[in-house]
Amino acid sequence: MIETRDLRKSFPPARGRKGATVEAVRGVSLSVGEGEIFGFLGPNGAGKTTTLRMLATLIVPDGGQATIAGADLLKDPAQVRRVVGYVAQGGATWDEVTAREELALQARMYGIGKAEAWRRASAAVEAFELTDFADRRCKTYSGGQRRRVDIALGVVHSPKVLFLDEPTAGLDPQSRAHMWDEVRRLRKEGMTVFVTTHYLEEADALCDRIAIIDHGEIVAEGTPDDLKHEISGDVLAVTVSGSGPLAAELLSGQPYVHKLEIGDETGLRLYVDSGATAIPMVLRVLEGSGVELGAIELHRPSLDDVFLTKTGRSLREK
Amino acid sequence: MKLARDTWLIFQRQFLLVWRSPVWIGFALAQPVTYVLLFAPMLKLALKAEGVTTYTQAYRVYVPGLLTVMAILGGCYAGFGLLAEVRAGIIERARVTPVSRLALMLGRALREVVMLLVQAVIITLLALPFGLRVPIADLLLAYLLLALLSVMAVNFSYGLTLKVRNEAALGPMINTMSNPLMLLAGVLLPLTLAPLWLLRIAQWNPFYWSTNGMRALFSGHVGASSVWISMIIVVGLAVLALTWSVRSFQRSAQ
Repeated sequence: MIETRDLRKSFPPARGRKGATVEAVRGVSLSVGEGEIFGFLGPNGAGKTTTLRMLATLIVPDGGQATIAGADLLKDPAQVRRVVGYVAQGGATWDEVTAREELALQARMYGIGKAEAWRRASAAVEAFELTDFADRRCKTYSGGQRRRVDIALGVVHSPKVLFLDEPTAGLDPQSRAHMWDEVRRLRKEGMTVFVTTHYLEEADALCDRIAIIDHGEIVAEGTPDDLKHEISGDVLAVTVSGSGPLAAELLSGQPYVHKLEIGDETGLRLYVDSGATAIPMVLRVLEGSGVELGAIELHRPSLDDVFLTKTGRSLREK
Repeated sequence: MKLARDTWLIFQRQFLLVWRSPVWIGFALAQPVTYVLLFAPMLKLALKAEGVTTYTQAYRVYVPGLLTVMAILGGCYAGFGLLAEVRAGIIERARVTPVSRLALMLGRALREVVMLLVQAVIITLLALPFGLRVPIADLLLAYLLLALLSVMAVNFSYGLTLKVRNEAALGPMINTMSNPLMLLAGVLLPLTLAPLWLLRIAQWNPFYWSTNGMRALFSGHVGASSVWISMIIVVGLAVLALTWSVRSFQRSAQ
């Protein structure tokens, strides 16, 4: 459904200002199948939103190619616009109109006739459970309600692909869970959904496949489970108070430690075969060394660990 | 065809927004009333040097000037409305749809035109008891000129807004530009009172021509050269401004 090859985009510094050109996206190639929820995971500033906006025809790429639902992005952006829906991070509704009116107008902007547009607006109001407030003015809506309206606006014209930019940013956990249900419902109806996020849980729980992006490049791609299985064994998250580097030195030489990553000043992550047997050995090593051990946690690898091993930085600390 | 349909769609929505904002409507109606009732009665004496002896003549000189000022100011400040929509993400949402880019600018401009024309009608009606008399056909032609003027000013403002995108910079820019434009158009005082060097500069100002054209129409001189010269100038500039605003819109994708 979406194929991109080597997409790139750089932003020159503002006129009259000094500074380097920002290479926001450096050669992104990915492929999204029909009917899947594809996640684009990365820290802020990684190039997720820029890539998304290129695919939604809002920004013209500097290089590379892309095909969306059979339409060439660079040669025929008008056709791409007809088959995609885009929901921006901030949302986009006037204050003084109602959701129903917005939905009808949105449909009509896609060339749908008046009667059909109002019919679709009513269908969307029901499907997204907006009935309670659909006829009040948008300025009276809460954040979560506005977000639901935004997504409804993105799909009222029945696109083949929906682009969601950080759909649950700023939402409380309950609204977030509802949002995930909505996205899954859209997938059930046959839509392909492309989501950008910096939340691990979202990429893990919601997406069929993900690509991890950092500094404009894709560093990993696959299903969340596959990516986590690439890291075999267990993860020991060790918190020390004080000398992290000393602890790292002591532990990295240990035979049972495959790999050691320093997460931040006081946290280390040890990748071991079996966490249960490694814990007592770690305790013994650190006991006589003068390093104060704060806590040890044992868990299965997470997407953060995947990110850490590929880039040397933790996603969580942002 | 698609352009007409899209423009109508955008116009409808924009007009609905005004309709639902009592503040805008109140302000739009208050402006003409203030100027016609509070300022104009002083004109007969003020314009004596122009050879004005009756209120009728005074209003024929004054009302076109007033309408031009409203076209200029309304046009300039239209940019801020657009900027608010940019900030709210509305423009971006429209950009992703197949809606005609020209329709997006033209539909909004037409809303400003309609609002201006409504105010113009109110002003004209209010001036009638004070003695303003204009032949109907000439009046309609004057309104047409006014509408084109508004399209030009509004789209120029949109083009500038889409390039600058910053309220703090836009305000002073608009102020700096609109003041000389208004003064050099002879809106408050006709430029026949001006020294030659000032007149020469004013001839570069399209609003100077349009004000003169409108004054000629209000006086019933349809055949005056200022009328058709101003029509040509204003039509040409309106087309240019529209082209510029649409180009700015397309280029502003970030």
